[in-house]
Amino acid sequence: MEYFLQQLINGVTLGSIYGLIAIGYTMVYGIIGMINFAHGDIFMVSTMISLVAVVLILSIGITAVPVILLLLLLVSLLLTSLYGWTVERMAYRPLRGSFRLAPLISAIGMSIVLQNYIQNAQGADKKSFPTLIPGYMSFFNEGSFPVILQYSQLSVMVVTVVVLCIFTWLVTKTSLGRAQRACEQDLKMAALLGVNVDRTISLTFVIGAALAAVAGLMHLIYYGVTDFYAGFVVGIKAFTAAVLGGIGSLPGAVLGGLTIGLIETFFAGYVSVDYKDVAAFSILAIVLIFLPSGLLGRPEVEKV
Amino acid sequence: MSEPLLSVQGVKTYYGNIIALRGVDVTVNSGEIVTLIGANGAGKSTLMMTIFGSPQAREGRVIYEGKDITRRRPDEIARMSMALCPEGRRIFPRMTVFENLQMGAIVTDGTGFDRDLERVFTLFPRLKERLQQRGGTLSGGEQQMLAIGRALMSRPRVLLLDEPSLGLAPLIVKQIFNALRELNRSEGLTVFLVEQNAYHALRLAHRGYVMVNGVITLTGTGKELLKRDEVRAAYLEGGKGGVEAAAGH
Repeated sequence: MEYFLQQLINGVTLGSIYGLIAIGYTMVYGIIGMINFAHGDIFMVSTMISLVAVVLILSIGITAVPVILLLLLLVSLLLTSLYGWTVERMAYRPLRGSFRLAPLISAIGMSIVLQNYIQNAQGADKKSFPTLIPGYMSFFNEGSFPVILQYSQLSVMVVTVVVLCIFTWLVTKTSLGRAQRACEQDLKMAALLGVNVDRTISLTFVIGAALAAVAGLMHLIYYGVTDFYAGFVVGIKAFTAAVLGGIGSLPGAVLGGLTIGLIETFFAGYVSVDYKDVAAFSILAIVLIFLPSGLLGRPEVEKV
Repeated sequence: MSEPLLSVQGVKTYYGNIIALRGVDVTVNSGEIVTLIGANGAGKSTLMMTIFGSPQAREGRVIYEGKDITRRRPDEIARMSMALCPEGRRIFPRMTVFENLQMGAIVTDGTGFDRDLERVFTLFPRLKERLQQRGGTLSGGEQQMLAIGRALMSRPRVLLLDEPSLGLAPLIVKQIFNALRELNRSEGLTVFLVEQNAYHALRLAHRGYVMVNGVITLTGTGKELLKRDEVRAAYLEGGKGGVEAAAGH
């Protein structure tokens, strides 16, 4: 029981990070029907931005942890969004109206570009991030297996909930979010009503990148390491989460992220740590075969 | 006579290499209801979409309020107080009726939103009852009302309507055409209407155009066109003639 609870805590933490990244995949797919394979690398770039930023912040003598975190979040959000915006502008927008596979290929290219750029700029070795949120709570101390909730895990969960609330408000209540959803449902009609479609697509990439930036910082706080290749596996898993939740569905992305996080953690905890990735990707295969529209997705039948 | 509000001059539109409009001239004066009738595939919807810049005309010009809008993007044209209700209504299915109407108002600065909303509710009281319902769950007639309401929320000077009667019960068609007549009469709204339902359209319109295979073949007042033999044969009693022609070959 205690062991189960411990895995649950670990799984939810990991799932939160996957969920935040999965939103980026699902939003972009919803609006332009393309899988942005560079999204995982945007996440990786955000961890590097946070890493460089934390060194700078510490070097100018700021030591208060809340201030550091806030600054990190701010810097990482801004710069990562800029990356997201630039990638769309450079690699995808010129291909709009081209054949369907063109932006997909361009995305894979962009992924390679970002990885190699970071590898060259920062080196290929693993980089460690200082422990900003130390300490933990422990429960069931009398038993044989105390359950530990690290404060870093708690912050990942709290930040994820807060960010998701802000994000939900943005998408459902503001005119920007309304324009975004309109474009997702009928791009041409949205344009006929006066929505600047290019700007809305840019905005979608910026929001996706911003969420990836939050995920990147959370990842660093929890795991404490990153490298130029960190975006690949995490990105593919977040993509799996988006597919599991039903690609195009925002609540689905979060649900899928949590599910993948939990499956992976429980598999690692009860079956085999070495094969946890197999568990996660088996889900992708199973979903694609038996439930192609995902948990909360809509079937691909459009009424005309 | 003053300059027309909207004029289409020698417009040619292609889909790839296939020509859809072969040089079309149409004018719409301020305060008029003008209709364009023609068979399926004649290019009526293409003309409507070409006016709105999607697709753009390859040759010719579209002049609106004295400005050349041939090369403008649809969203720019929407900001010039022109509104389009496209074929198939294209309601946002997963947005509520209220959100759909809000989408119509995005080109306005937001002031007067409540007044515009009231105006739409006066025309189509049904929408008020359905306000929080998702667009996709409305009936065809309600969706058409919503499409027109959404277009009116942008406070257009000219409203382009593509086949508003398509697939609707006669009673609903009557209601929608009455609403258009009322808007034109009381507010001077200019309407450019594409219709297959030629009888109702020509009775409503001040002037009409007949399009065949991407060119305008006839023009005149609504009453004149209603009396023309070729119009009657092709579009009014065409049901019978069409069936016979199809059976003959």
